[in-house]
Amino acid sequence: MTVAEKIIARGAQRSEVQPDEVLWVDVDLAMIHDSGGPRRIWPMLEQLGVGVRDPDRLVVVADHYVPAKDVAAAEILETTRAFVDEFGIPRFHEAQGIAHTVMIEKGYLQPGMLYVGGDSHTCTGGVLGCLALGMGSTDLLGVVVTGRTWLRVPHTVRVQIEGSLSAGVGAKDLILTIIGEHGMAGGLYRVLEYGGSALDGMDVEERSVLTNMCAEIGAKTGIIPSDAVTVEYLADRGVDVESGPQSDPDCSYIETWRYDGSAIEPVVARPHRHDDVVPIAELGSAPVTRAYIGACTGAKYTDLSMAADVLRGRKVAPGVLLQVAPASREALARAVGDGTAATLMEAGAHILSTGCGACPGIGSGVLGPGETCISTTSRNTRGRMGSPLAQVYLGSPYTVAAAAVAGEIVDPRPMVGSHG
Amino acid sequence: MIEGRVWRFGDDVDTDAIVPGKYLILSMPEIAAHAMEGVMPDFAELVRPGDVIVAGRNFGNGSSREVAARAILLLGVRAVIAESFARIFFRNCVNVGLAPIECPEAGLIEKGQRVRIDLVAGRVDIVETGKRLEAVPLPAEINAIVESGGLEGFLRHRAGRGTT
Repeated sequence: MTVAEKIIARGAQRSEVQPDEVLWVDVDLAMIHDSGGPRRIWPMLEQLGVGVRDPDRLVVVADHYVPAKDVAAAEILETTRAFVDEFGIPRFHEAQGIAHTVMIEKGYLQPGMLYVGGDSHTCTGGVLGCLALGMGSTDLLGVVVTGRTWLRVPHTVRVQIEGSLSAGVGAKDLILTIIGEHGMAGGLYRVLEYGGSALDGMDVEERSVLTNMCAEIGAKTGIIPSDAVTVEYLADRGVDVESGPQSDPDCSYIETWRYDGSAIEPVVARPHRHDDVVPIAELGSAPVTRAYIGACTGAKYTDLSMAADVLRGRKVAPGVLLQVAPASREALARAVGDGTAATLMEAGAHILSTGCGACPGIGSGVLGPGETCISTTSRNTRGRMGSPLAQVYLGSPYTVAAAAVAGEIVDPRPMVGSHG
Repeated sequence: MIEGRVWRFGDDVDTDAIVPGKYLILSMPEIAAHAMEGVMPDFAELVRPGDVIVAGRNFGNGSSREVAARAILLLGVRAVIAESFARIFFRNCVNVGLAPIECPEAGLIEKGQRVRIDLVAGRVDIVETGKRLEAVPLPAEINAIVESGGLEGFLRHRAGRGTT
């Protein structure tokens, strides 16, 4: 069996499962956030006359409406806090960071877990070797009430990447290249299982870009079977785990996608499709008015650090607004601690609050109709980040920082590590 | 059996197009007034109870926002037929009691036609032409949830039987 099949089999209390079977499984851990969580689920709990079955298996995060920009947002946050008090949820994080980043940083996710979250980017968590499945509010109601959910066992695609990424090329370039080749529905109903020597050179945060954007290829989730990097990351967070389940050598993959990591170039996704991916070398002239470093995809500490590698000693071009919304307080604290934040600010970056921010078009920094943005986020569908008339390109933190300096999208490699 | 008049949409319609993020703060009826705004701004005015949405590949991709399915349901749409669905949207349809029908031949259905849908058998008939399209039957476990009017009703039903 593949690692995904093993995790589902354990959840279903079966010795074996087959792709396409529909099964009820036990859920180890669930996450809900302020947008799709308490405000949607609590009224249904009241209708059913039941409560939260196991508060210790539920994490609540407030990340979409923080900081409250108006009274309606503040009321959503009040509802979130009241829910946590009412049902005695011990793990609640308000304005600490974006849920998917927080779940990883706090060490809540561990290899082999069956984890569900009320958000499409829940798949990010698969970076730690768990099966991390995004769902909607009523699905989470079911999990909160019964501790169980139904699943169709997915086929697994093995994504094998050999060879290290070059300097100035990020995991974002790799995943955008994969999405560009297979299309936004290329992984529909499947699990992407990553492996290969390219992963050896990536830390957990950088690897998580690969699992995060499984949502953008339509996959059920992405997973990186645990290894020494996983175990060490969790040990640093005070979580002592053995390496988790691995795919059997004779397991059955529906397809294997092979990539040469060293051949990956800086790319961008053009407006308004995240699968319209081109090498920057072939893009032509693309001036920008906004550069946005944000989201669970692209504003973790490693992302801020990559941006700083470009911005050190350089200035943001006139006419460009560079905004940075760190993915968590921890990311910001680390960036402040080692001078990364100072580098960003000296270059002219505007530092925003941590949270989902402009990525879902909810928080601060949304785009007006005449703006063209280059963003480290995951989606550029029309209207996602604000006005339906705004243009959004997606790229790596290197690429976004280089575009902020140049005033247009350029190959960031000449600027990486070279003091401006 | 569901029968209704067809509204046509293309490939890769995402949940940000079905319900843009800026409306998530609103009440459900207010959200529904903007349903499908990103691809057809006057849809909420024109759609009538009992109508059916027909789309291409990967319908409902993107954000997990369940209100996308609820908004469509609240306008009276009975079913969504698509060549394929984004998986979270498919689950959300099941959970709110909006029938999702995966029909690889959905491209043969035209705007304004009437379709008759048999969920369990996995069939879509175009009333005007008499053409029968094969669809993917809903597994019994999942159909049980749709038939309960969604997961909330399903849970209530099971709790009533003492099996939850």
